[in-house]
This record gives sequence, C-alpha cells and structure tokens, in this order.
Amino acid sequence: MATQSSRATARLMVAPSVIVLFIWMIVPLALTLWFAFRIYRLLSPDRNGWAGFSNFLWYFNSPDFWLAISNTLVLVGGVLAITIVFGVLIALLIDQPVWGQGPLRILVISPFFVMPPVAASVWENLFMHPQNGLLAAGAIGLGMQPILFLEQYPMSSVIFIVSWEWLPFATLIFLTALQSLSSEQLEAAEMDGASALSRFRYIVMPHMTRAITVVVLIQTIFLLGIFGEIFTTTQGGPGSASTTLPYMIYKQAVIAKDIGRAAAGGIIAVILANIVAFFLMRSMGKHLDT
Amino acid sequence: MGKIVLNSVRKSFGEVDVIPGVDLTIENGEFVVFVGPSGCGKSTLLRLIAGLEDTTSGAIVIDGSDATALPPAKRGLAMVFQSYALYPHMTVRKNIMFPLKMAGMDLAEATKRADAAASVLNLTNYMERKPGQLSGGQRQRVAIGRAIVREPAAFLFDEPLSNLDAALRVNMRQEITELHQSLKTTMIYVTHDQVEAMTMADKIVVLNAGRIEQVGSPMELYNHPKNTFVAGFIGSPKMNLIEGPEAAKHGATTIGIRPEHLEVVSEGGWSGVVGLSEHLGSDTFLKVTTDAVGTINVRAGGEVMLRHGDRVNLAPQANKIHRFGADGKALA
Repeated sequence: MATQSSRATARLMVAPSVIVLFIWMIVPLALTLWFAFRIYRLLSPDRNGWAGFSNFLWYFNSPDFWLAISNTLVLVGGVLAITIVFGVLIALLIDQPVWGQGPLRILVISPFFVMPPVAASVWENLFMHPQNGLLAAGAIGLGMQPILFLEQYPMSSVIFIVSWEWLPFATLIFLTALQSLSSEQLEAAEMDGASALSRFRYIVMPHMTRAITVVVLIQTIFLLGIFGEIFTTTQGGPGSASTTLPYMIYKQAVIAKDIGRAAAGGIIAVILANIVAFFLMRSMGKHLDT
Repeated sequence: MGKIVLNSVRKSFGEVDVIPGVDLTIENGEFVVFVGPSGCGKSTLLRLIAGLEDTTSGAIVIDGSDATALPPAKRGLAMVFQSYALYPHMTVRKNIMFPLKMAGMDLAEATKRADAAASVLNLTNYMERKPGQLSGGQRQRVAIGRAIVREPAAFLFDEPLSNLDAALRVNMRQEITELHQSLKTTMIYVTHDQVEAMTMADKIVVLNAGRIEQVGSPMELYNHPKNTFVAGFIGSPKMNLIEGPEAAKHGATTIGIRPEHLEVVSEGGWSGVVGLSEHLGSDTFLKVTTDAVGTINVRAGGEVMLRHGDRVNLAPQANKIHRFGADGKALA
C-alpha cells in the first residue's frame, strides 16, 4: 500500500464491507433509540404518541432498577473473580505432565460446549433441586436439611452456574499462556533462589497479565448479557432477587409487552456497557500493548 | 572458593545413559570449557552441576561438601543461559537485583551491588530499560550482571554466545575472559565451538557421547591429542586423519597431520590435484585430492596462488605427525 493510487483502491475495495457493517450496526441502534422515546405498548391501541423521557424515568423510579444494575455488576464481577482465580489454578494443574493429559484437558474444556439453558437445567434439576438433586441427597445423607439454593441464594447459584460454564474458557486461555512461558526463565529464577511461590508471583503472574486482560475483556462482553441461565432457573426471582438488566428488559418486552420501555432499557444497557468498557480499557488496556 | 569435584556422576533418562559416569576435578578459579559435538551431553553435565537435573548416581562435591541433593539455589552457583532468560517484564535494574531480592538482602546494599555490576559491564545507562529494548550483546551483559551480583562460588555458562553475530561473539568472548581475570572466580563454560574453547579455557574438557575423551590445557590438546576424536575435534581446519599403507609406513593404524603442518614442495611427498582453494589473504585453505592418501586439507601461506585443477606436491613435517593405534588411541 505504498502509492496513493493503491491506497485509494484499497479504500474503495474495503468500502462495501465497511458500509454493510455500519448499516448493520446503526439501523438497530437507531430503531431502538426511536422506540425508546415512543409510546409503544402491544396491549394498547394507542401507540403513536411521543413518550419523551418517561420510558427512561420509569426505570429510574422503579425500585427494581438499581437492584438489577447491582445484580448485573455482581454477576459479572463474581464470575470474573471465580473464573480467573480457579482458571489460573486449574491451568497450573493441568500444565503438569500427567498420564492421560489429552483426555484430561478435553474433560476440563467440555463444559464450555454445553448450551447455557442446558447447563442451567442440569444444575437446577440434577444438582440443586431440593428433592432430586445430588447436593440435597448429600445433605440428607449427612443428616442436614437440603439447601434451597435457587430460593435462598439465587444470585450465588446463578453466579456459580455461569462460572462453571466460563471456567473452561479462562482455563484454556491461561493454559496456552503458561505453555508460552520459557522454561529457561523459570530455571533462571530457580538458580536465583526464588521459591516456587516467588516464581509464581514474580515470573508466572506477570507473564499471565495479558492473558488475564483478554479473559476479563471478552468475558465481560458476554457476561453483561447473561439471560438464558436466569430464565431457565430462577426467572429473576424470588421476587426480583436475581433480576439483572437484560432480564428486566425481557420482562418489559415479553411479559409487559411494552416495547417503548424495553427499548429504553436497551439504551440504558448500552450506556452501562460503555461505562464498564471505558473503565476496563483505562485500567487494563495498557497490558495489551507489547 | 569454587572447587567442584564430580565423582562418577551418571545421568540416565529412562533406559538411555546420557552420561555413563564422569570423574572430573575443577580447581578454584579455573576457567573450564566443556566442548563437544551437539548431543554429547555437555549441557546435561552443566545442568547436573547447576542442580537443574537430578543426578542418577554419583556425587557432586562443591567446596568439600556434598551438593548432589541440594536444590539449585543452595549450591551457590550462578548460571548464564543460552537464551539469557531475562525477565521481560522487569527493568534491567530489577533483573540484576532479583537474586538479591530473593535472598532477602536489604534494598540499599542490593542497589549498591547492582550499580557496581552495571558499571563493570557498561550497563549504567540502561538500568531503567526493559530487556526488549536492548541489543543482543547488552542482554548478554545483563544476564552476566545478574550472575555476578550474587558473588557465586562458580559461574556456569551454557553456550552464551551462540545467539550473537560473529563480530559481537569475538567481543563478548574477550569480555568474558577479562571478567574471569578480574573476578578470579571458577567458571564452567559450555560450547560446541572449539575456537571459543581454545581461546578462553585454562582447561578444556572434550566430551563425546557423555564420556570425557581428554582433559587438558588448550595447547596440550592441540599438541598431544590422546585419541583420534580429540585430534579431529580440536584445531581448525580439522586435522587430516590418514589410514592405510601411508600410516603403516609410520607403524600406526592412523596417522594425523594438521593442515598447517603440510608443506607445498616442488617434488616428492604426496602428489595431488587442488579441488578447492580459499584465499583469506593471510592464509590459503586448500582441499587437495591426492593419489596416495585421499582428500586432505592444507593450510598454506597467503602467498600460495594455487587454483582449482592445479597439480601440487605436499610433504608433512616429519616431527608433527600424530600416530594412533587400531583402538584410536595415540601411540607413544
């Protein structure tokens, strides 16, 4: 791309895909913005008026809204913490030379291939169910009352299920990062008198920062939109205890059939995601440079 | 102090004996070079001394105490790796101070030592840089700096110059030799390059297939190789090893004659045709196909102007002929 004409040609050639991508992005966003300021209820014959900011104000005045925001952030933060801590530990473990390493690694990765509603169903009915669940059976076997996971600890249970699904992803990324660490560096640190813990702290962890950054950024994008697991298990309940922002929007759109409010909720979610992304990039973006 | 004694040290990986048993004494302050072709076990031997590999049997004694079972950090040795193994996320200063930090030395003393090492190695202006911003030679010096701040009993070098270009290699070779002269610490240096071995060593250990073929000073190895392996390995270009009737004339199975000990004569000697001639200015390297003894290498003076296809007569200097028996060992 040295000469001016070749640069111009390149721009011309790239233009169609750029234009398509731009339309792909801007049309839904513009439509959502449009609906967010309209009165648009599927159960009401009058759906032509402007709503002003009333759709947005409804959220800010709703007692559930701030709970939903905090639930969303708790879900993202909780799952990130669990997947990163345990991801690093499991990666260290399966990086060791053991018999059956190949099958073992596939087993570790496999939860990632289970679809979210299926994973949630499995956990809800086979493990956490107060009558049929394995955990209940264990509790009864020990002479204790079965724990009502989804009723008493709905957010923790959802965080646990989502962590189970995302742990393999984090582990996989961390494992590849571990394998790219030169063994001579570890040996040099050993010669320099570093204990196993010091080697982890001063050599392995700094080497992993970029992988951790990648995991945090990618997982945050997906975790902000978690819906299927909540829909399958708690339905946002009990009450609103496990309602997140996406689930609240779903309730407005599908249960209340208020498209205007749902669109306003969508815009709020976009703004929230951008705020989160802004802080993430500011605090972690520098780790992505070489 | 840095006297290292190996008592029948053996290393096997599963069924394979990499080092079938080595006895060696390295005196305090010596510069010892392990040299041999690739795969001869010289790096493994160094790693055994460092403690990075477990010894299968035998004993490694450092300064009079048995160190065979000690972890690397407790042996008081410092190592410079082939890839330098610098910590990429730390500055040069932090790299050099890392062993001191691990030893729990207080910051003021550690900083003083790091600055002293930096000034010896001309790194003072680079202390706040990361390894990624340094050239190959500078990285090499940081790796050496990290080794010298610990004031170890001995330095171990694992092919430290093989990643540098030819000119820099000569420079660093001299710097390491000078460093040894000023520190007077024991150094063990592994290389496959016999020029490095000849130029740097007090004592060369020639290894082949995990066995020590000969131990001696560079000139001893050059003048009196114990067997055909050492004869062929030490010296560049390689010694000509000649078998058959010409060797029998000298009462040996094999005779060796170094390229520099062959003379171009007008008549007599071995007659042959020049296959290849390389004019270096100071020397001329000839590859001559002779009728009597096959293809031999000759190192002639720079003024010899022979070309491909020229006919030439070569005579070995009689007192420079090495004689070897049927078992490959030198005859007295």
